[in-house]
Amino acid sequence: MLAAVPFALTLYFARWIGSSALPVRVSYEWAPSLGVSLSFYLDGLSLLFALLILGIGTLVVIYAAGYLGAHPQLGRFYAFLLLFMAAMLGVVLADNVLTLFMFWELTSISSFLLIGFSHQRSESRKAANQALLITGGGGLALFAGLIMMGFVGDFELSTLLSQGDVVRNHPLYFPILLLVLIGAFTKSAQVPFHFWLPGAMEAPTPVSAYLHSATMVKAGVYLLARLSPVLNGTTEWEWIVTTVGAVTMLTGGIMAFYQTDLKRLLAYSTISALGTLMLLLGLSTAEAQIAMVVFLLAHALYKGALFMVAGIIDHETGTRDVSLLGGLRHAMPITAVIAGVAALSLGGFGPLLSFIGKELLLEAVLHSSAMAVLVPAVVIAGALFVLVASVVFFKPFLGATTHTPKHPHEAPLTMWLGPALLASAGVLFGILPFLVDMSVVAPAASAVIGEPESVHLALWHGLNLPLLMSTISFVAGLGLYWAWQPIQRATAWMPNVFRIGPSYWYYNGMVLLYSVSRSITRLLQSGYLRLYLQTIIVTTIGLVGWTLVSRGGVPSITMSWPDARFYEVGLALIIIVAAIAAVRAQGRLTAISALGVSGYCVSLLFVMFGAPDLAMTQILVETLTVILFVLVFYHLPRFSRVSSLANRARDLTIALTTGAVITLLVLAATAYPTDQAISKFFAENSYSIAHGRNIVNVILVDFRGMDTMGEITVLSVAAIGVYALLKLRPRKGEKQ
Amino acid sequence: MNSMILRTAARFLMTLLLLFSIFLLLRGHNEPGGGFVGGLVAASAFVLYSMATSPAAARAALRIDTRMFIGVGLLLSLSSGALPFIEGKPFLTALWWDINVFGMTHIELSSPLFFDIGVYLVVLGVSLTMMLALAEE
Repeated sequence: MLAAVPFALTLYFARWIGSSALPVRVSYEWAPSLGVSLSFYLDGLSLLFALLILGIGTLVVIYAAGYLGAHPQLGRFYAFLLLFMAAMLGVVLADNVLTLFMFWELTSISSFLLIGFSHQRSESRKAANQALLITGGGGLALFAGLIMMGFVGDFELSTLLSQGDVVRNHPLYFPILLLVLIGAFTKSAQVPFHFWLPGAMEAPTPVSAYLHSATMVKAGVYLLARLSPVLNGTTEWEWIVTTVGAVTMLTGGIMAFYQTDLKRLLAYSTISALGTLMLLLGLSTAEAQIAMVVFLLAHALYKGALFMVAGIIDHETGTRDVSLLGGLRHAMPITAVIAGVAALSLGGFGPLLSFIGKELLLEAVLHSSAMAVLVPAVVIAGALFVLVASVVFFKPFLGATTHTPKHPHEAPLTMWLGPALLASAGVLFGILPFLVDMSVVAPAASAVIGEPESVHLALWHGLNLPLLMSTISFVAGLGLYWAWQPIQRATAWMPNVFRIGPSYWYYNGMVLLYSVSRSITRLLQSGYLRLYLQTIIVTTIGLVGWTLVSRGGVPSITMSWPDARFYEVGLALIIIVAAIAAVRAQGRLTAISALGVSGYCVSLLFVMFGAPDLAMTQILVETLTVILFVLVFYHLPRFSRVSSLANRARDLTIALTTGAVITLLVLAATAYPTDQAISKFFAENSYSIAHGRNIVNVILVDFRGMDTMGEITVLSVAAIGVYALLKLRPRKGEKQ
Repeated sequence: MNSMILRTAARFLMTLLLLFSIFLLLRGHNEPGGGFVGGLVAASAFVLYSMATSPAAARAALRIDTRMFIGVGLLLSLSSGALPFIEGKPFLTALWWDINVFGMTHIELSSPLFFDIGVYLVVLGVSLTMMLALAEE
């Protein structure tokens, strides 16, 4: 049922295919005073991504119904998944870069929630944290880069895209580029940030198929493709993006070689594919961008399908370890066929879209200046792709039937429908490439290149160099498969080399971070309320007092009998007496009552000086505070004097200094004429603009509504905190 | 506290206080009052009731979980801020509608009013969540 929503949206966006009305821009003002607007932009590139997100999203929602079945927290799962879908759509449709960033962070957060879905398992929690920290950290870098870029160029992408020269020639270009690249590389799992992606395989398989192969990890690719007309075209871009892409492509491929877990195998080959996409983006020729778009489309189709197949195998047999699997073709023939087609796509050989993509990739690499390095790299990576494809298909489905934890059955329709559609789309677009070339690929590639480009894809390019290289890598890949286990055994030391890779430094960095924060916490969070209060008060008073003195803010005080009415003087006296009584009180009740007296008197003062709103609120808060005190009374130890004389002297000093500084502050505030413009504005416009005669309330709900919004949010968080502290702590005798 | 007088009085007082809180909330735009004060008065009504009877009775009288008020209130405030989008205006722009009631009188409705109702609910929910949880200890 839920699948209807993304499906309807898919149809909606599909209507835009080939439309001449593109690009479209829709904008809502959000905070015009800050230049932030909620604006969306749809062109060829965003359309391709939107269709992938929604189309594959539809299939994943259906698939998850079969995969998770009657999971008790299915509702939560779907909520997270749809949240992610909306966020990802937001990323690819955003026009304002800050809107884009907001959605970008939302994808990181929903990915965190989904990876940690089985939150009872510590591996899940660890992997979720790792993914969030790395993509979130990259997000911060991206945020800085986007803000700088916004000020150099424009905050609206649609305007920014035509300002490439301005940004490229700006002295801030290099920092902007680096920051944006860090954001994109962390999100798209490029070396040295790649290690969070295999960890993310802790997520339920529908999530791996959706977020960690087809969509979210491509957000970094999307970002660079989107910004390519702005940032691309310099040697810095070419060097960094191509190098990182090529290194990632090879690292992912080599690490995939040593995996036996189906999902991890696919995860490393995804890293390799993401590296390939980056490599193509770095080449910055038009043909490279066309190859990038085709490769991306093909990869999303077959990798999504393969992950779902891996999920089916896991679901039906109870294991994902390829060395334990075999002969599944008898038990699950439909899945076997789907897996075969998708694996062939991964291998990139046959009448398939991925084959066209691979040919274009090789062609683009052949024409690049760094051909001597890149061509062998691509061929090796291609061979490793073929190896992964063979392992994923041959190991579980062919050979003799093995004994598995569960007795395998064919998967239900809901589970094989998704991968079947995805795998056959790869074949369909391969045989009939004209279905996608001008309608989908060309507009997307044009958006990356920055000028209109027409694309004509063909399956058969003749007997040329790319075909030869394809054949070499295909045969080499099959050879590698044949010698897979012997090589693994002979080079068993290799995984140990990887162990001191970036994840090692990440781990040690985290240990260090924890110990530092632990010692800071131990210093500040002593657990004694009195120390907290002391810290807060001394810091505040110190800063305020220092500012007052250093800025010459101390007013000259002339002592004279104030021109006050007798009842005002009386009230002031009562407040003073109550304060002294509160300090001298022998029992808790006395102290609190005395405090209450001074509080009520202050609110009376408010009444006299024409602030009824303030007075009313003060009285109510005072009342509720006294009630609160009475409620916690019961739990407090006996009221006794335990502090030493020295401590009491220290407290007295702090109290007196505080009183003195605050008095000075108040005097200073009244001594200097303040700018009346703001209060005048409120007074004048309260009724005419906001239709209210109570200025205080108008300010709260209208003029400064945003502040109030923030305040009630803080209040809510505080209430949840108190509730959690009181209700969720372990009771006596209960285990933690 | 077990006092017959308080228990009897609390029932009437609570009604009065709740009416008064709504009165405060609605007049807030022109006279002293508003969502914040209104919410506090409503909260004190329930706190009084819980002291006269028991926290459990106060929860029963509320019918709805106190935390629900917080969420609903926040959502109401936020969505009243998002309402101007329909007219293509920025977030939190005040909208006013003059509604004619059978040609006799007219009511001015506004998005800040809904915002204030949201504040009322949040304040009520926050105070009661804390107070009742403490009272139950």
